[in-house]
Amino acid sequence: MNDALKHLSTRVTKGLMTRREFVGRAAALGVTAAVANSMLASAAKAAGPVKGGTLKIGTSGGESTNTQDPAAAASEAPITNLRLWGEPLVNTAPDGGLDFRAAESVEASADAKTWTFKIRQGVEFHNGKSLTAEDVLATMQRHSNDDSQSGALGIMKGIENMKADGDNFVVELSVGNADLPYLMADYHLMIQPNGGMDDPTAAIGIGAYTLEVDEPGVRHGFKKNPNYWDDTRGHADEVEVLVLNDSTARTAALQSGQVHLINRIDPKVAGLLDRAPNLGVKSVSGRGHYVFIMHVDTAPFDNNELRLALKYAINREEMVDKILRGYGSIGNDMPINKAYPLFDETIPQREHDLAKAAEHYKKSGHDGSPIILRTADGAFPGAVDAAALFQQSAQAAGIPLEIKREPNDGYWSEVWNVQPFCASYWGGRPVQDQMYSTAYLSTADWNDTRWKREDFDAKLLAARAELDEAKRKAIYSEMGRNLRDEGGLILPMFNDFVDGVSNNVGGWIEDPNDQMMNNLASVKCWVNA
Amino acid sequence: MHPILTLVAQRLALGFLLLFAASILIFVGTAILPGDVAQSILGQSATPEALANLRAELGVDQPAITRYFSWLGGVLQGDLGTALTNGRDIAESLSSRLGNTLFLAFWAALIAVPLAITLGLLAVRYKDRWPDKLISAITLTTISIPEFMIGYLLIFFLSIQLPLLIGGMEFLPDGLRSWLLSNLRFSSVALMNDSMTLIEKIKSITLPIMVLTLVVLAHMMRMTRAAILNVMQSAYIETAELKGLGMLKIIRKHAFPNAIAPIVNVVMLNLAYLVVGVVVVEVVFAYPGMGQYLVDHVSKRDVPVVQACGLIFAAVYIGLNLIADIVSILANPRLRHPK
Repeated sequence: MNDALKHLSTRVTKGLMTRREFVGRAAALGVTAAVANSMLASAAKAAGPVKGGTLKIGTSGGESTNTQDPAAAASEAPITNLRLWGEPLVNTAPDGGLDFRAAESVEASADAKTWTFKIRQGVEFHNGKSLTAEDVLATMQRHSNDDSQSGALGIMKGIENMKADGDNFVVELSVGNADLPYLMADYHLMIQPNGGMDDPTAAIGIGAYTLEVDEPGVRHGFKKNPNYWDDTRGHADEVEVLVLNDSTARTAALQSGQVHLINRIDPKVAGLLDRAPNLGVKSVSGRGHYVFIMHVDTAPFDNNELRLALKYAINREEMVDKILRGYGSIGNDMPINKAYPLFDETIPQREHDLAKAAEHYKKSGHDGSPIILRTADGAFPGAVDAAALFQQSAQAAGIPLEIKREPNDGYWSEVWNVQPFCASYWGGRPVQDQMYSTAYLSTADWNDTRWKREDFDAKLLAARAELDEAKRKAIYSEMGRNLRDEGGLILPMFNDFVDGVSNNVGGWIEDPNDQMMNNLASVKCWVNA
Repeated sequence: MHPILTLVAQRLALGFLLLFAASILIFVGTAILPGDVAQSILGQSATPEALANLRAELGVDQPAITRYFSWLGGVLQGDLGTALTNGRDIAESLSSRLGNTLFLAFWAALIAVPLAITLGLLAVRYKDRWPDKLISAITLTTISIPEFMIGYLLIFFLSIQLPLLIGGMEFLPDGLRSWLLSNLRFSSVALMNDSMTLIEKIKSITLPIMVLTLVVLAHMMRMTRAAILNVMQSAYIETAELKGLGMLKIIRKHAFPNAIAPIVNVVMLNLAYLVVGVVVVEVVFAYPGMGQYLVDHVSKRDVPVVQACGLIFAAVYIGLNLIADIVSILANPRLRHPK
């Protein structure tokens, strides 16, 4: 289709021109009415995946310091890369189920202690080597051995023994865990030949694309892997990942058509951007949340009355309105929301109540010295403004909250998990067990509220091994209530993932697991020619 | 030896001394940065074991003096080391970034410097009349707007609104319209790659070149204008006028050569800015230059890379100032032939 016709047909889809006008114009360009009509149909609906073309993604979170080592991935650009060239044993499906990748199926023993993954046969790595259970074993060993620097080290802890048994990969746990397959869906655990022991940064995996150009912090170019095993994915011939850290640069690139997909649209501009004719803003509610965290073992936050006073003082609706501009939902001082399986909807929502806040503050017997809340722009988008709103509503209840603004630089090493009261965020986890074990278990490394309760730990372990869903749900409900009423986290809001998608892109679906369709938009979406 | 050669040699030696001092400052500066390289690399979600493992591997536990001298030793042998964060050879990744930065600075300078000087000459020729005032007003406006704002404005009007505008011009023939659409494309993302031709590369950085030109124009233009006006007061200009020479010829032949020293100084200062100070423009246009590279590594506490970048920036600055000094000496007969 020549450019003029293409331009005309998009004008029709945008509603700037009628169908009749289009057919007339097309005739003037020497196209018959029948052909013109069929062209319109393809511009309007574009049924089914379109193969070929180049899909361009503009992403934040890329730096020139990035590597392709899955163990080191922590931000959006490297994760987008991993999802293109690699696959783990399983992914978490958009509906919360399992989406089998390197594994074909999984079976558990009755006590949920032994898990057997059947490895998919006939799958090849980019270097031509066949995928075996030994590769899977080596991968898991690299992420869990003593000198590992992997971001997945924490979730590998409960594993007592692993082995490759023919086509099977077997995991044995010290304590039963009904959610083990979800742990294996962690994006760090991309299966690499010999586990990546030889060269972890080689970007050789079983994914739909092979890495061709690798300029960290600038762009990454990918080509379709002709031997990819799953033909329902990997539609474009080439995928280009452009690192656009500046959010205005990202939205401008999407608006001017230089990229097809962008992540992390600033809520401040999302509403305006959605009015642009050639793209759509997609908001997906997920499990990520913004928090103010208190160390429950440090004065004055070791006093639950004071913690409750602060929890009642925060105005959650106002935060969702002003900080998230409506792209999110209110929180209930527990890290779990309805996006999680086995969530108990009957737990009452904590309301903004200044009278109760003042009452609890009085009961706490706090001496009136300023309570210092540390925050930084980098703690979460809008963290400084959110702290200011919190300060105002706390002052209305007579609580002397004071804000100390910290530099972004070094925030995660000097302030978070060090200072007793600060702003932070969590990305959420696929299941409740993983969220609680990451941050609320006594022995957890990132127990950033210093929440150390033996009874809570015991409940967590009991729920983990419990295969009866109703009983599990009841235990999780108790734990959630416990944290809500006594825990050290003030959780005002769950943030939505806000992505931008060009009208040329097909195949977009909602996936609450992470931004950009769990970072799989690159392999699940296609470009309409 | 010729006095000029002696002078150049002296300046060069001084330049190296300065560079050495800068290397100490850079090292001290990176040493007192708060935060920890291992934490910065592994991020919020790092476990203590992973942190300890990484710290030991990077060798950041050694004393600062030892690290400084081993670093300096390496630099003197042309070895900038490897990046702590991704293990890549610094010299290699830096050279492509430096190349990009110089490429952008070169094209921006190629347009900005002659334009600024011409505008300055014109402003003198029409002093206090409308062309002078117009030139001053425009250049002062563009220098007063922050560079990221100019960038966003250009992106908004040229890469987003212009195609919509052309697309909506129903009165134009379709052929012309699609030709305009495909040729008047201002890319908001200045990403270049090796497979592009020179023309394509320049096209992709049109907007950053425009921004940088607008940013540096005023400074050079004003200095040219002021320096020449200063010379215009001299007796020999009056003589030239009385000889009956035209105004432009007087400015070009008599005033300009005598005003070169201050102009060169300002031009060099702005060239240095184009090389070392454009990180904001790089971020706005996602241009893979040195500035962004430096900032990334500062935030990750990747000290060897920060030191290497700092040293190169210092060298560029010192080098350009050296050139400015030498040119002003050469341009001045009294300095050229000292008694």
